[in-house]
Amino acid sequence: MPEGTLCNKMPVDTAEGITTLLSDTSGDTYYQEMKELEVDSDLLWKTIQNTCKSRMKTWLEICAHCGMCAESCFLYLVNGRDPKQVPAYKIQSTLGEIIKRKGKVDNQFMRDTMEVAWAKCTCCNRCGMYCPHGIDTGIMFGYLRGLLYQQGFVPWELKIGAGMHRVYRAQMDVTDADFVDTFEWMVEEYEDDYPGLTVPVDKEGAGIMYTVNAREVKHYPEDLAEAAILFHIAGENWTVPSKGWEETSLAMFAGDWAACKMQVESVYDAMERLKPKRMIGTECGHAHRATVIEGPYWAGRKNGQPPVESIHYVEWLAEALNTGKLKIDPSKRIKEPVTLQDSCNYIRNQGLKQATRDIMKHIVAPGYFIEMSPNKEHNYCCGGGGGFNGIGKFRKQRNIALIAKRDQILATGAKLVLAPCHNCWDAIRDLEEEYEIGIRWSFLKPIVIKMLDIPDHLRPEE
Amino acid sequence: MHDLLTGIFFWSALGICLMGMLVRFIMYFKGLSWRLDRVAYTSYPGAGFKGAVRSIYKWLIPFGTYGWRTQPFIAVVFFGFHIGAVLIPLFLLGHNLFLKEKLGISFFTLNAAFADILTWTVVASAFFLVLRRLVLPEVRIMTTLYDYFILAISIAPFVTGLFARYQVGEYSFWLNMHIFCGELLLIAIPFTKLSHVFLFFASRAQLGMDFGIKRGGMKGTKMAW
Repeated sequence: MPEGTLCNKMPVDTAEGITTLLSDTSGDTYYQEMKELEVDSDLLWKTIQNTCKSRMKTWLEICAHCGMCAESCFLYLVNGRDPKQVPAYKIQSTLGEIIKRKGKVDNQFMRDTMEVAWAKCTCCNRCGMYCPHGIDTGIMFGYLRGLLYQQGFVPWELKIGAGMHRVYRAQMDVTDADFVDTFEWMVEEYEDDYPGLTVPVDKEGAGIMYTVNAREVKHYPEDLAEAAILFHIAGENWTVPSKGWEETSLAMFAGDWAACKMQVESVYDAMERLKPKRMIGTECGHAHRATVIEGPYWAGRKNGQPPVESIHYVEWLAEALNTGKLKIDPSKRIKEPVTLQDSCNYIRNQGLKQATRDIMKHIVAPGYFIEMSPNKEHNYCCGGGGGFNGIGKFRKQRNIALIAKRDQILATGAKLVLAPCHNCWDAIRDLEEEYEIGIRWSFLKPIVIKMLDIPDHLRPEE
Repeated sequence: MHDLLTGIFFWSALGICLMGMLVRFIMYFKGLSWRLDRVAYTSYPGAGFKGAVRSIYKWLIPFGTYGWRTQPFIAVVFFGFHIGAVLIPLFLLGHNLFLKEKLGISFFTLNAAFADILTWTVVASAFFLVLRRLVLPEVRIMTTLYDYFILAISIAPFVTGLFARYQVGEYSFWLNMHIFCGELLLIAIPFTKLSHVFLFFASRAQLGMDFGIKRGGMKGTKMAW
């Protein structure tokens, strides 16, 4: 049985297909079938010949095997300095080997490679900063994931995740109607506290088009209300699109490039349709990476930019605080040791370190903000990036991966961790659950709302 | 033999090396793809150029990057090897005299004592590079025979050069060996991992453009290499 009924080379693009996959608890049957899955070596080699060009070929060729990348990899550090966790080794023994053998690799090799690609690299890109030759192994792992996905060797959850984007243009089975209804319902809940609070849907020519992470709609609807409240108090002319509201991309984690394109195009279509001045995405790292940093290229936009200027939530928040659109009551600022998680996806990969530090200056009383070490571009991955958080099969490896962040947090002495990224937020929650170090963690929105100095005309009448 | 080595062999080796480097350098940049690499190279030449220059410059400075500073041992060994490996072939008095005779050009000449120190530093550093490969598990796991071969052909001109310099045994034999090894090295540059002598600049420039254009450069953030 080369092609399984659940595990095969076909992407899932129907709701029924997703339901069938989901009904296979923990992907037991899926992974059983994967053991029989045939490798299409011709397709693999042809794909490599068409897509592995100058940059990557040179990276693989000139790697001096010097091992300088070892120390840069948090997975190497937390796994007892296992030489098999050296980034250069990981990529040379997988992608390098596939190329050397011209795609003629077997099922066992592909399954081992799948584990390396999703459980031994979070595509955090930190090693790229430490290689004298400028070899970014994280980028190569992203590429390798695409090859594995094409051959059907992809973790169960990510096959489903990519399928969700294909079917719902969202990472979960949240429909456009669910999104609008939930947003409106959440805003209604807060109308009495914030008179005039609304969620303008599909308003053309607004200053801001706001996009979210589907799990906010499904599991954390408070977040939607908080976003609305902050835009409202800042006096922003904002809107949400009824279609193209999802900023995330599990398809990117899965290496399903066609689904990546479909997903970002839905957001870009909304931009074209509503013509906002700017797009702002929620507090999510990979969503920003997918829709703002990588997305334009998937969509074939040669200038590398989305149709309208698109910024991360932390950029908007920093701007709102710096310009006084949002005012903080100094007496309500954080007065306990607090640290900040720098998300790889928009700090290392888009240099937004100053925005988050500006925010900290506004919301933390002087002397209480403690930087992690290392920090900013050099910060370690939360331990759950690149899809790692969501893969049950690799949960044990993921829990070990959390140790780097646990120790970084412990070293700050802070009991509160601000994590403006869904993946980081999850990883930090999970590390508390796993290692019980007595910390709390939060997004920025709920923290900021509690300390706002709200103008009188926006307060409810007594 | 000496005439052959300094005649047709020399010209061929130099020609192959220079042409090979030129062709591969051009092919590298021609092969960059905005769509596959996901970097809008041509849309922002200014930002790309700045990022590229910075990325190369920072890494050429000993201890100029976070990476070099966090690993001082390899940084010292690495620069000990590479400074001599670049300066000696170009600026040694003997090489300059040879070039003057052959090409009618010569470069700045290194002080003889300093040149000796540099050459010995290259050899000593090579020893530590080998030692690293043998001793450190994170390097050993990736090390192949090919890596030792590259190191051997890189170091051979220096070792044979030293034999000639100190006239150990027969001078003319070591001189010929030295020239032969040097020519072998020249020919190997475009076709082996030694291509890094020029592809280093290409690869660093590429990542520099990536950061300069897409990963923060256009947001006004300079990558803290």
